[in-house]
Amino acid sequence: MTALRALPLAAGFDPREIKAQFPVFSRHPGLVYLDTAASAQKPDVVIEGIAEFYRSEYANVHRGAYHLSMRATERFEQARETVRRFLNAAATEEIIFVRGATEAINLVANSWGMGLQPGDEILITGLEHHANIVPWQMLRDRLGIRLELVPVTDEGGLDMAAFAQRLTPRTRLVACTHVANVTGHVTPVAEIVRLAHAAGALVLLDGCQAAPRLAVDVRALDCDFYVFSGHKCYGPTGIGVLYGRQALLAAMPPWQGGGDMIRTVTHAQTSYQDAPFRFEAGTPDIAGAVGLDIALCFMMELGLPVIEAHEQELTDYALAALSRTRGVRLSPGGGCQLGAISFTVDVIHPHDLATIFDQLKIALRAGQHCAQPLMERLGVTATARLSFGVYNTAEDVDALISAIARAQKLFGV
Amino acid sequence: MDLRELYQDIILDHGRHPRHFHALPTPSHFAHGHNPLCGDKVTVYLNLKDGIVTDASFEGAGCAISVASASLMTDIVKGKPLEDARMLFANFHASVTGGSPPNLPETLAEDAERLHPLTGVKSYPARVKCATLAWHTFEAALREGQHVGGG
Repeated sequence: MTALRALPLAAGFDPREIKAQFPVFSRHPGLVYLDTAASAQKPDVVIEGIAEFYRSEYANVHRGAYHLSMRATERFEQARETVRRFLNAAATEEIIFVRGATEAINLVANSWGMGLQPGDEILITGLEHHANIVPWQMLRDRLGIRLELVPVTDEGGLDMAAFAQRLTPRTRLVACTHVANVTGHVTPVAEIVRLAHAAGALVLLDGCQAAPRLAVDVRALDCDFYVFSGHKCYGPTGIGVLYGRQALLAAMPPWQGGGDMIRTVTHAQTSYQDAPFRFEAGTPDIAGAVGLDIALCFMMELGLPVIEAHEQELTDYALAALSRTRGVRLSPGGGCQLGAISFTVDVIHPHDLATIFDQLKIALRAGQHCAQPLMERLGVTATARLSFGVYNTAEDVDALISAIARAQKLFGV
Repeated sequence: MDLRELYQDIILDHGRHPRHFHALPTPSHFAHGHNPLCGDKVTVYLNLKDGIVTDASFEGAGCAISVASASLMTDIVKGKPLEDARMLFANFHASVTGGSPPNLPETLAEDAERLHPLTGVKSYPARVKCATLAWHTFEAALREGQHVGGG
């Protein structure tokens, strides 16, 4: 095997020191976790912070006049402010807590989307996760709108010429991933937003893979909606975020009815709260929001540009190492990849690879990654995908490369 | 568990060089099976006459376990009474999922033994579906043209 060098550390950033803050690695010595794109492991501050919140500050929010409820409400609303800062949104009213990115997209489809007319068009891309495909298909089938597709090039990027062509005066929304979950391809979001707005369409960006690994600035992006999941950002499961421009949210109807989202209710009629509360019916995931707050602060303290540099370094290192490994075929990443890489190994099915890797304490995902249309476009039934988090090191990549050789030996190839 | 127990030579051999790996031109029964989790796909073709599986074959793409399982299955059920094939599946299913196996007649002991290398998946719950996909598709084919799985 080729000798692999240790990487120089990004300035002031030591993944080994960071790894020590994630208890999963002491509970599972030797674990090589390369599946952060599916879900990130949790640092002690998040785990302990949630437990401490339940121990000492917990009650329902926006209701009680008593001290604990007011304190819980403060923590919940402070989390909203942290998310605002994380996304550089203009106001906390633009931050809606949801279960995750999937629910965020469904909210937009079921609220904003209900204002669409038959013949209106929504444009998605061939890189999307099922969560940014299926809600729009459901809306299409309900309303008789059209769903158009920006194809993926052979190089794994978006066909921007086709994108420009598919934008029509009827295009009402472009729903596009910021960083593709299968390949880590970073899409040209600035150009996408510029072209879409010029055509009079809104833009929803799926930030699930971007938010954990690069500085997101919704005002600089100039997007209309931005969604991400907390659990991929080192926060708990069950909490996610929909960012929406204030003017848009103000005009959107509620999508779920219940407590907390109303102003007055009689048996005849109900008047609704303004955003964000209008979109948060029922008791929210209060501890989830608190955990997300802590996780985002954890990331911002490390520094998003530093995290991005670290992940870019690892991604480039892994791409180089994999491309010189015999029998490995990289899924095309459009020439610009961050945090995730898909690949196959000749003769050995990804599912077999994942089982072999698992025996060697390497956790990574094999399969279709909730992106069956992209798999078909890439001409594969499944891939193995490695993805990075703040705790990964070049040694993790080296372990993977050794494991591939081990699998090839087992299979006699 | 050692990887060699899961990936025994017989599995690697059938995985890389599957037997009966083709379509039947005029099958009396066939079905498509799909494991949406990993993308494994298999089509099982059967010819049935007077309660005997006179021919069996398959096509598809998948991991070594699922391909080897389909290969061994077609090899074993070919020429067998349907009832024997079903009993072998029940026995195999029980041995990978921990259920209670039926009493196998002595005449099927050798076939059950051939399937034994695949029972290594019981230590890998995520892989049990790989080993049973072909068999479930076989059963679906008997119900005619049904599609196993979803996604």
